[in-house]
Amino acid sequence: MPSSSVTPATISEKILSAHCGRECRAGESVVCKVDAAMATDGSAPMAIDYFNKMGGKKLAEPQSMIFALDHYAPPDNPATVELQDRIRRFSEEQGNTLYDIGAGIGHQLMIERGHVKPGQLIVGADSHSVAYGAANVFATGVGSSDLAAVMLTGKLWFKVPESIRVTLTGKLPNGVDAKDIALEINRTLDPAEASYRTLEFQGDGAASLTFEERMLLTNMSTDAGAKAGVFAADATTTAYLNAGDDVGVAVHADKDAVYALDLNIDLDQLTPRLARPPVDGAAAEIVGIEQDLGTPVDMVYLGTCTGGRKSDLERALNVLRTGGTKHKRVQLIVTPASDRVYSDLATEGMLAEFIALGALVMTPGCGSCCGTCGTIPGNEKVVMSAANRNFTGRMGNAKARVYLASPEACAAAAITGEITDPRTFLEAQQ
Amino acid sequence: MTSLTINGPARLVGADINTDYIISSRRKRVTIDPDALQLHIFEDYNAEFGQSLKPDDIIVAGKNFGCGSAMEVAVTVVRAAGISCVLAPSFARAYYRNAINNGLLPVICDTSSIQEGDTLSIVSEGNDIHVTNTSRDISIGAASLSSMMIEILKTGGLTEYLRKHGDFPSEI
Repeated sequence: MPSSSVTPATISEKILSAHCGRECRAGESVVCKVDAAMATDGSAPMAIDYFNKMGGKKLAEPQSMIFALDHYAPPDNPATVELQDRIRRFSEEQGNTLYDIGAGIGHQLMIERGHVKPGQLIVGADSHSVAYGAANVFATGVGSSDLAAVMLTGKLWFKVPESIRVTLTGKLPNGVDAKDIALEINRTLDPAEASYRTLEFQGDGAASLTFEERMLLTNMSTDAGAKAGVFAADATTTAYLNAGDDVGVAVHADKDAVYALDLNIDLDQLTPRLARPPVDGAAAEIVGIEQDLGTPVDMVYLGTCTGGRKSDLERALNVLRTGGTKHKRVQLIVTPASDRVYSDLATEGMLAEFIALGALVMTPGCGSCCGTCGTIPGNEKVVMSAANRNFTGRMGNAKARVYLASPEACAAAAITGEITDPRTFLEAQQ
Repeated sequence: MTSLTINGPARLVGADINTDYIISSRRKRVTIDPDALQLHIFEDYNAEFGQSLKPDDIIVAGKNFGCGSAMEVAVTVVRAAGISCVLAPSFARAYYRNAINNGLLPVICDTSSIQEGDTLSIVSEGNDIHVTNTSRDISIGAASLSSMMIEILKTGGLTEYLRKHGDFPSEI
């Protein structure tokens, strides 16, 4: 087996090598030790069933098993309460970490509460577990059965993925958001090309992004069809994670690492984008916002593991302040990604501003994103959402039409009641 | 070398079928029992199609089948409908893994020549999979499976694999 000094490696290859006990490269199948695993109320009950059927008695690593009740926060019927109670009983027996209703979205808590460190390998029984890659982690979403395997053994088998080098250059212009980068990637990249591969973000543009912007890009790498998304660790990572003494092991790609594909995005040239509601079950079409200006909007949704962090809500509020009022037709929903985000909004006066604008502020969690709790849009209603997915039926009503955009573009629509370029408001500020 | 043959009629769906189209997220908040969820299979995509599915049907999809959420009910609900094989030119990886783990054979192959109702024959032999469209007498090349996937499928899924072995081997 060649040593790493001989064969250059990507970040994914290095992290998987460090966790399988030998040098491995793309295409090989390996069994890896998993540093931490996360499941939600959407996936944990089924994982517990699989774990029991596998003959599981005790969690292999209870200290690194994290359950978050975020999909049904709060639940709206007794059957869902029972699913959550099964998780509570299991966690109490096993002694693993449980974040109950209202703590927030599992992905946000993994980062916020110090479960994630550079160089780690983490899985989550939720597709957006890829978000942890922002912290220089190899993280991927798995189903409940794979999660149960980790519960039982502390390990999982992986096919070492090839990587796509996503080089970001320049700097995001005012009013253009990391969401627009993600939508541009999803517009450009064929999911069949991204499938089973890692998006490795590089370049001065990647280095210029805040940690929360990086989280958005790794979060939505699954929506591009990728297995994972990963950034190198730098001072931004260390400062955000605030990990104390154990700062993890930063992993960098070798200069001559082999990439399956190159994707280059010039941030200076990027403009606001939109994902249109899917038509007849096809994938959502992604276009420049200028193509749909003026479309009437009924609901604006700020929240989720993509757009519900403090900086997202801050940027949306910045646009809303310029407009001054919310359009009377628009229902504005704010769902903070965690109780900490919620509390920061309160402490810093932003919560009062949202309330004064007529926003409905909901329990921290996944909210309306997949229609499992929170407010559901009406038939034929048009939603502008800061979320990551808009499959037909996604917010709980197959007859609603959901557009995806940046928090700034969502805020602009809340002011005017129609799809609006957020730069109109931001330029007025200058 | 074990071999497995699946014969059945092709049931066509489009490209980019996400897991919410297979089974809506809002259904699984009430139950994760696949037999109960089966009543709502494909409801947000094409409810009529979902209800017309019969055991032994073979789902034939366009690219990126099973994209979106990693929710495993999107596989167990297909199994509960009596279906044991899905063909697509590409799968979302979480769906692909969940399929293997639950004994649903995911076959990566060009599906463009297959029409609704065509009789298909899928033979899994060793690591290789052979697809034949017997209605049109066309043989279709399919991607082979890794040894680990074969092991899991052969044992009847990941649950049975781990119940039998208790752990993964250090090398696969």
